[in-house]
Amino acid sequence: MKIADKKTTATELVKTALKKAKEYADYNIFTFIDEDGALKRAAEIDAAIARGEKVGKLAGVPYALKDNFLSPRGETTASAHILQGFKSPITATAVAKLEAEGAIMIGRTNLDAFAHGSSTENSYFGPTHNAVDFERVAGGSSGGSAVAVALDIVEFATGTDTGGSIRQPASFNGVYGLKPTYGCISRYGVVAMASSTDCIGFFSKTPEDMDLLMSIASGQDPKDMTTLPDYYSEAPRGSLSKLRIGVIKEFDNESVDADIRKALKEKCETLKKKGYEIVELEMPALKYALAAYYIIVPAEVASNLSRYDGVRYGFRSKESENLNDLYLNTRSEGFMPENKRRIMIGNFVLSSGFYDAYFLKAAKARTLIVQEYEKAFLKCDFILTPVSPNPAFKLGEKVNDPVAMYLEDLMSVSLNLAGVPGLAIPAGKTNSGLPVGLQLVGPRRSDKKLIEFSKELI
Amino acid sequence: MKYIPTIGIECHVQLCTKTKLFSEVDNDARGKEPNSCVSPVDYALPGMLPRLNGEAIRLAILAGRAMNCEINNNSRFDRKHYFYPDSPKGYQITQYYAPIIGSGYVELPSGTRIKIEHAHLEGDAGKLTHFDSYSLVDLNRVDTPLIEIVSMPDIHSAKDAHDYCKELWRLMRYAGVTYGDLYNGNMRFDVNTSVAPEDSKKLGTRTEVKNLNSFRSVERAVEYEIARQTKLLEAGEKVIQETRGWSDATGKTTGQRSKEEAKDYRYMPEPDLPPIHLTEEFVEAESSKLPMMPADYRTKFGGIIANDTMEVLLDYPELMFKLNEIDEKNVKSISNLFASVLLAEEKSAEYLNDLPSAKQLNDLAQMNEKKELSSTAAKEVFLRLFDPQMRGKDTRSIAKELGLIQENDLDALGAIVDTVLAKPETKKAQDDFRAGEEKVIGFLVGQVMKESHGKANPSAVQEILRKKLA
Repeated sequence: MKIADKKTTATELVKTALKKAKEYADYNIFTFIDEDGALKRAAEIDAAIARGEKVGKLAGVPYALKDNFLSPRGETTASAHILQGFKSPITATAVAKLEAEGAIMIGRTNLDAFAHGSSTENSYFGPTHNAVDFERVAGGSSGGSAVAVALDIVEFATGTDTGGSIRQPASFNGVYGLKPTYGCISRYGVVAMASSTDCIGFFSKTPEDMDLLMSIASGQDPKDMTTLPDYYSEAPRGSLSKLRIGVIKEFDNESVDADIRKALKEKCETLKKKGYEIVELEMPALKYALAAYYIIVPAEVASNLSRYDGVRYGFRSKESENLNDLYLNTRSEGFMPENKRRIMIGNFVLSSGFYDAYFLKAAKARTLIVQEYEKAFLKCDFILTPVSPNPAFKLGEKVNDPVAMYLEDLMSVSLNLAGVPGLAIPAGKTNSGLPVGLQLVGPRRSDKKLIEFSKELI
Repeated sequence: MKYIPTIGIECHVQLCTKTKLFSEVDNDARGKEPNSCVSPVDYALPGMLPRLNGEAIRLAILAGRAMNCEINNNSRFDRKHYFYPDSPKGYQITQYYAPIIGSGYVELPSGTRIKIEHAHLEGDAGKLTHFDSYSLVDLNRVDTPLIEIVSMPDIHSAKDAHDYCKELWRLMRYAGVTYGDLYNGNMRFDVNTSVAPEDSKKLGTRTEVKNLNSFRSVERAVEYEIARQTKLLEAGEKVIQETRGWSDATGKTTGQRSKEEAKDYRYMPEPDLPPIHLTEEFVEAESSKLPMMPADYRTKFGGIIANDTMEVLLDYPELMFKLNEIDEKNVKSISNLFASVLLAEEKSAEYLNDLPSAKQLNDLAQMNEKKELSSTAAKEVFLRLFDPQMRGKDTRSIAKELGLIQENDLDALGAIVDTVLAKPETKKAQDDFRAGEEKVIGFLVGQVMKESHGKANPSAVQEILRKKLA
């Protein structure tokens, strides 16, 4: 991604990116394009290079920012009506780190409002289209970011992954997408969805780029008490030879798309030929993952969305008679139906008399899932699974069937509950030409080795 | 039938940390513009995360230990949800499931022990000011650290309720965890009262009077509630479980109609803050910083300071800390000066912040003891110790400068007495005294005092006179 070879300039790169962004306008990728800001920043970097100054590792590299990262450039909307007009005085830690290395944000990308969704159809700004098939969904919630990278508009894009929101759109569009270990990258300045599962991550075109981005963005942040002490760059590489790769027996069934199962089998064959051992795993606790996820996450969502009340910033409903009306009207008009659905589920499972039956049970199931992964990693080094049971579906196909939409998250959510890292990798195409993605899952803190190993699957 | 009242009290104490509980802005908003001590975290911008203030943990340990409480090695935070403009996040961060302070007790001056159920850390709410058609929000107080102290329903009289609140106030100030300014709401009391027939095994239905901020109003509100509830029960009526408001002006509680039924706060573990793990060593090291508490002073100085003086002085931890610094033989006289001279001064509050050194006080007590200073002179010198002009000087220099040191040298005094007796105008008095007229001795002592410019020790003078006139 470097431009230090002087064969191009930051201005050239940014102009090209902006041009492509305009060409693909009908994909509805961006919620905001910062043409002036990006060109100005590019000119500064070019001038610095011309003066012979040292520039950052990402100097002049255009990137796209998922619109739930706080930055004073443009409004931070999280594709939600209720945040309309919100200009942040704060820069997210991850954004500050990327920009300190010279990365240039050309625009903010579309998402399901507040990252609630698996298709980017829940955006206040309308859906983003799939990079390969315009009739299909981009996946979600980081749909805009995935498509921006897949269409080669930018070199990389940021994402957030609460239950698959990076890995699933990455696999729907044929790019790399990493959900790091929970706590690896600071969440400070990123609009919260569910605090205990939210992870900041990236979309890239190669494992090498992913490694570079992680080395820059990772690290402990005093502003986020849930960040882990720095480990990413110090992590021992370890030998890649003789690694054992697990496949999950429970995920190998008729409900998973045949082409995806075929892709998984082919990759396993490739690995065997390279001398890796394939281990079949039974992980029965994972069957609780989706149910536990759709209790814990809505509870945290309902709580985290309480601050959007129209009192201090963002959208406020007009002409409310009293305080209660102000709350009711602002939140009724400002939230999307999926937001409301999760707020209602969340408040239900937390309400007195139901907490033990739902939230506490789900928390216990979560512990079982954590232990299930710990046990699995005694038997193998990494796990290879599909990201989702199906490739990209048609726009509108599941909008009115929330449960079918939730089922798309079946294979991705358990990682978030366990806090383990997962890397979505491109793994060929279906018969009809849609991208297929697989995910490599590793133990906590194995992010770097995971990225390194993914090169074996190219 | 006789009715027994049962009272439980929840007390909110604002901690005097430098910064807020979850952000790095100034926690001391006294005299500051509204909304000037507010960070993006307190204001609840999207994506903001709480950062736990370690100082609040340390103060909580001291507060807990001041109440003889267990400190829990493992505790964590929870969210308590409600919508109101004083709560920007839409929830309060508190400790519902695992509080930092466990059970303990507070001993009242009477010796009665009131059990503490637990105490937890939490963030305070903002402040709303209501006008005719609008309200203003001041978020300066948002996430000021509080500890909420929950007593067991262990109190059975209005007087004990008063004494318990006052003793808590003392404990918190001795521990140094709060400014303890009741007028400004540094400590607020919620009082639950019920009455039940003497032989009943079950407690009666309770009412809660919230947000009382003086010991007197706690006492009066409890007295009123006991009388009101007893009257209801005697008339065969029922007490309704409700929150009631107290008015100092009318001396009555009134039912506060709340539109909503029981509130559901939807408690949930706070996912943005990791659990708190305190090692045994850390808790011990912090606990050891706890100074002596009122009960310790009652034991230590019980035989020296009279009970009523003690209870007056105990309201001022600064004075007790100072008494603890000076030599024990001087405690009695200095405590008297504190109680009768210092606290009677108009500027006493100011003086408390800048007390004389232990050496200055020890010297003063000794000079008084050795009659170098008369009691009156000692009081005057004592007050001069607070004078900005005199502050740095030692007690003896001040006394000298004021010419208040008494002449105790018997030879020197004898010489002065001789001078006076040689004066013709004292002749008659001398004769009268020799003739048995006792009271003229006063006149002669007065003459000697005059001759010595007031420095002579009058009792010594009298003794010499008696000898010389014998």
